[in-house]
Amino acid sequence: MTGAASVIIMIGVAFLAAAMALTLVRMTRGPSTLDRVIAADVVVAVVIAALAMEAALNHHTTTIPIMVVLSLLGFAGSLSMAKFAADRDRTGKWRDAAASAPASASGSSAQGGAGRRESESDGSRQGASEHPEASR
Amino acid sequence: MNPVLDIVGAVFLLLGAMLCFAAAVGLVRFPDVLTRMHAATKPQTLGLLFVIVGVAFSLQSFKPLGMLVLVAILQLLTAPVSAHMVARTAYRTGQVREDLLVEDDLADDLAEAGFHLSSGEDEGESADHRD
Repeated sequence: MTGAASVIIMIGVAFLAAAMALTLVRMTRGPSTLDRVIAADVVVAVVIAALAMEAALNHHTTTIPIMVVLSLLGFAGSLSMAKFAADRDRTGKWRDAAASAPASASGSSAQGGAGRRESESDGSRQGASEHPEASR
Repeated sequence: MNPVLDIVGAVFLLLGAMLCFAAAVGLVRFPDVLTRMHAATKPQTLGLLFVIVGVAFSLQSFKPLGMLVLVAILQLLTAPVSAHMVARTAYRTGQVREDLLVEDDLADDLAEAGFHLSSGEDEGESADHRD
């Protein structure tokens, strides 16, 4: 490894350290579970990049299988966390008509839903924007 | 060891690290889940490809190439799936800033398909996209 290449890689390591710090800030501040899931994905990407840089710097291939494992780990983790959040946050707004509406044809319940929403004016939209980061 | 290839690989690695940093800045500064996800997916695909190309240039051998290609393929296959699941969960549970959306076709389609806005327990109804 020539000196110039090492210097460029060390600059990249500095970028990665800053990226990791900012990502951890988002992970602690949240506010929702999904924000933390996204931050965890970025953490995994940063770790993969760090392993790659170490491999390039020291000219060895020991850490490359770990990169394979990490790329699969991030996938499984974010998928299961997304499903978990979907199951837990039942206070959400889009409901299946069959799940919660009184027994009626889905078409008519959609019509009823539309009429009900129209009866509430645009004030409700303003109300929604006052809760930008609803839930936890 | 070819010093020119070393520098090319280091530059690719630096590009990947800069994409990671850009994603982190976006994560901290963007306002809601969907926009943060937009920033966060940059290092997962393009950044990772840059990093892998950089490692391939730096190692200058054919032996680890298969494993590196495997990492790239796995990430390119799995990142859209997990992003889809996270975005779907965010939308269905109402963690999307409606006032930031320019166009919301999914609300119309969901209403047409028989879904309806639940009356929220304490927060009231949110948007009406019918007009």
